[in-house]
Amino acid sequence: MTATVGQQAQAAARANDVWKVYGSGEAQVIALRGVSAEFERGRFTAIMGPSGSGKSTLMHCLAGLDSVTRGTVSIGATTVTGLGDSGLTKLRRDKVGFIFQQFNLLPTLTAKENILLPLSIAGRKPDPAWYDTVIKTVGLQDRLDHRPAQLSGGQQQRVACARALVSRPDVIFADEPTGNLDSRSGAEVLGFLRNSVREHGQTIVMVTHDPTAAAYADRVVFLADGQIVSELIEPTADTVLDTMKKLDTPAEVGN
Amino acid sequence: MFRATLKSLLARKVRLILSGLAVVLGVMFVSGAFVLTDTLGRSFDSVFADGFSEIDVNVAAKPKVQVDEMEGEQTAAPLPAAVVDRVKQVPGVASATGIVNADGARVIGSNGKVITSFGPPQLGENWIGETDLMQLREGRAPQAEDEIVLNKALATAAKVQVGQKVGVLTAFESKKRDFTLVGIMGYSGDRDSIGGVNEVFFTTPVAQRLMLGEPDTFSSITLRAADGVSDERLRDDLARTLGADFEVKTGKQVAADASAGLKEGLSFFNKILLGFAAVALLVGTFLILNTFSIIVAQRTRELALMRAIGASGRQIIGSVVLEAIAVGLIASVLGLAAGIGVGALLAFLFGKLAGGLTLAGIGVPAAAVIGSFGVGLVITVVAALLPALRASRIPPIAAMQDVATPDRPLTKITVAGSVVTGIGALLLFLGLSGNAGGQTLSTILGGVLFAFIGVALLTPLISRPVVSLLGAIFSWSVPGQLGRLNSGRNPRRTAITAAALMVGIALVTGVTVILDSAKGSISALAQDTIKAELVISGQQGGPRPPSFDPGVLDRAKALPGVQLVDGEYGDMARINGEGTWVAASSDVASLRQIFGAKATAGDIDRLGPTQMLASSDTAKSRGWSVGSTVNVQLTRGEARTYTISGIYESSQLTNPVTLPATAAKDFAIPQPIQGFIQLAPGARVADVQPQVEALLADSPEVSVADRDAFIQQQMSSLDGLLTMIQILLALAIVIAVLGIVNTLALSVLERTRELGLLRAIGLRRGQTMGMITVEAVVISVFGALLGVAVGSGLGAAVVEALKDEGITDLILPWGQMGVFLGLAAIIGVVAAVLPAVRAARINVLGAIAHD
Repeated sequence: MTATVGQQAQAAARANDVWKVYGSGEAQVIALRGVSAEFERGRFTAIMGPSGSGKSTLMHCLAGLDSVTRGTVSIGATTVTGLGDSGLTKLRRDKVGFIFQQFNLLPTLTAKENILLPLSIAGRKPDPAWYDTVIKTVGLQDRLDHRPAQLSGGQQQRVACARALVSRPDVIFADEPTGNLDSRSGAEVLGFLRNSVREHGQTIVMVTHDPTAAAYADRVVFLADGQIVSELIEPTADTVLDTMKKLDTPAEVGN
Repeated sequence: MFRATLKSLLARKVRLILSGLAVVLGVMFVSGAFVLTDTLGRSFDSVFADGFSEIDVNVAAKPKVQVDEMEGEQTAAPLPAAVVDRVKQVPGVASATGIVNADGARVIGSNGKVITSFGPPQLGENWIGETDLMQLREGRAPQAEDEIVLNKALATAAKVQVGQKVGVLTAFESKKRDFTLVGIMGYSGDRDSIGGVNEVFFTTPVAQRLMLGEPDTFSSITLRAADGVSDERLRDDLARTLGADFEVKTGKQVAADASAGLKEGLSFFNKILLGFAAVALLVGTFLILNTFSIIVAQRTRELALMRAIGASGRQIIGSVVLEAIAVGLIASVLGLAAGIGVGALLAFLFGKLAGGLTLAGIGVPAAAVIGSFGVGLVITVVAALLPALRASRIPPIAAMQDVATPDRPLTKITVAGSVVTGIGALLLFLGLSGNAGGQTLSTILGGVLFAFIGVALLTPLISRPVVSLLGAIFSWSVPGQLGRLNSGRNPRRTAITAAALMVGIALVTGVTVILDSAKGSISALAQDTIKAELVISGQQGGPRPPSFDPGVLDRAKALPGVQLVDGEYGDMARINGEGTWVAASSDVASLRQIFGAKATAGDIDRLGPTQMLASSDTAKSRGWSVGSTVNVQLTRGEARTYTISGIYESSQLTNPVTLPATAAKDFAIPQPIQGFIQLAPGARVADVQPQVEALLADSPEVSVADRDAFIQQQMSSLDGLLTMIQILLALAIVIAVLGIVNTLALSVLERTRELGLLRAIGLRRGQTMGMITVEAVVISVFGALLGVAVGSGLGAAVVEALKDEGITDLILPWGQMGVFLGLAAIIGVVAAVLPAVRAARINVLGAIAHD
């Protein structure tokens, strides 16, 4: 089954008949079964599905964090599949940003240093105007010299978002970004992600199992048993929930 | 990136302090060694420069036998007095003074004991009047035959005053002779002696007779140049006039040469200290490797994040190495500072021991700084490389999920370990069997190093069964069981911690096996061979062995109950141009019977004045047989031709060459240094010993002991060596203990959540501490067990190789090995204290929430 949306000239990320198989023999687990999908530029796409559906695996493969067993993955004009370590490193530096469920900030660095870390690793200078815009958007102006331990969860995740945005990657992959946040902080972060798509044309692919979070996206792709089974454009929490409920009842899925 | 590394380093400074400490200690040894030798070297320079400051040019006869610093003292051949007059005729000479100056003037203190020296010579000299440098502090110059002047340091040590009678043993008379102390002298600048040298000044004829053994001779001639004549020019003129038999040097050259001789001895000391530094650093390498491995494991998520946001593998390696460089730098600075302190302290102690050597200011030579930073940095970075490589292989995906790190199979490491151990064994075999072609010592050391690393690599495999077996001892309690399981949990970590302890204990055990075996073998041989009930000998303190009046030998022979007496003399000589240790015997027939020597050729029962005996080994290697003639140059006198009249079977106790007693007058020490007395059947040791003792009343340097006491006494030098090595290697063990503390502390940190859980389900504080302690004890006993096994193996290999050298009995110090194991258990308990307290204090709630 192929996602049909995405007729724009070039997708920011694309999966083409991707298979991912873990283990072998008795212990063999097929996480992805021939997934093909495109993620358009300047859009906010959510990947949803029940636990074990393969949604995180799909994201890891798209981001080049995990290798695919069969098929190809590309980001922008770059074919990710088959890249070596240095190629992948370059890809992560220039084209990809990450936001994690656990925030993953370096505890020893201040908020500002954490935000600028990807640029300093790549040996690049931040664009001051863009940096100011990012800081303003996430509302961290007076928290820049704090360390992660001195920030609330929501603030930490906003730092993580700023870190992903500041290097202007082609795609930001967000892995359950609100999973560790209370609903208010979660809403803040999601609103801010949506704004960065609307106002700055950022492309974001987010994995989540929270229908409310998915409702912030422009489009939701549903996975079950390693296959794309459905998708929604301009979703609301209710339509997402309805689709999820159907997925939970296997009889109604499976074509 | 750079900033991120430094910040993360600062955040974990406490963790790195312990591992850094090992480098600090190693570097301390390195810089301490250099600072000590530099300071002492410059002190010697200034002492000799001072001592020779009033000499423009010095003339001496060429020494007949060149002896280097490690073999003993150089004794100059005496110069005929006529040379002084000849020298005076040379234009440009303002004044020339004949000097008597020889080692071996031993003053008997007011307590009846000989004043000994631990290094500086005990000079007997002729009094040549006061100078700017030398002044009488009390009394007057010696004028009569029985008058002497002492330097203030010696007079103070001997507790004697002007006017008192003072007994002196001289180079040519090891029998006490009484003199009247008529004056006490000192040096300018209120110094009581220069460089702690003891000096006795006689009138010139007495000094010539007693110190040089011949009237109208001098040790050297000191000259002052006339105005306008440079020292160098005068030297060259004199050298031309006097010819090749004389050594003509400027005062500065003499000072530099004298100082260089002592510095050579220092460089040996330097090497020993650097050897211990190497051991400390080897152990430190294990420690740093372990610490960095654990830190990398703990930072997996952080490092994965770096990878996910674009850091390359190389940047990760760079960040770990940068961290290592920072640790290495800090440790090197601290080690250098500590080393300067230690070097200064040792120099101070050395100065005191050597009788008040005036120390030059403590200096930090470039070698100390370069050595410290070089060694500290290289060791730390090399040790961190492996963990850095591992860090670079962390997949970025580990930032998002707990990547299961399955127990990597031990196959690779075990194969590597076997190969490295094999290389070590091969090198050891080559070195010990003498097939290493000139590189014996470095081959053996390399072999030991490879063996250690190889065994360390094999340790993870060995650790599984052994640790589980050791742990079984504690399995009767739940905490014991948990501790046992924990210690087997990460075989690599347990192994490397134990391996650090292994190195120190293996070295101590190995050295003990070798020395005990040597001691046992030689004692057994001596017990079997020496058929003398009483032995006359003394304890050697300085460079000159104690000696006694040869008259004692004849008088002892005349004592009732004495059957055989043999006096032994010894010296370095040149035979056919080659340096050889030679002995002389007062009575070769007695020598043969007392030592049960067997003739392999010729007659060894008598020895004419131009005949000589050789051991079978020496004869074989030199190609001598009975009837061969050889040219022998002794310390004094002309070279003479001797004919080999007999060859005796070699053993550990035989001398290479034995000369007749008449030759001994040309030895550097023309008196016997050992005497062997065999009693007649039925005579009792207790009856004869006091009578011999009475004969030695005027030879207070030596005493008479029964055979067993003599053998013990001879072996006591080995005991001293052993103790010194054990003390220094104890440091390696201390470093290893730091390693155990480190590993446990990091493990506790790593298992915070687990410890919290255990506490939450009811493990008491005491039980928690017990659990950690069991883990520590198991690791340390395992390390000691490895050390004892590896050390015994190395020791046994060396003993096996030395079989031909007479070390025939392999003696394993079981008692000591037991002590090591017990000590290891205690070490484990001690090392566990801090980590255990920390584990017990873990906040249960916080720990469970701990991420």
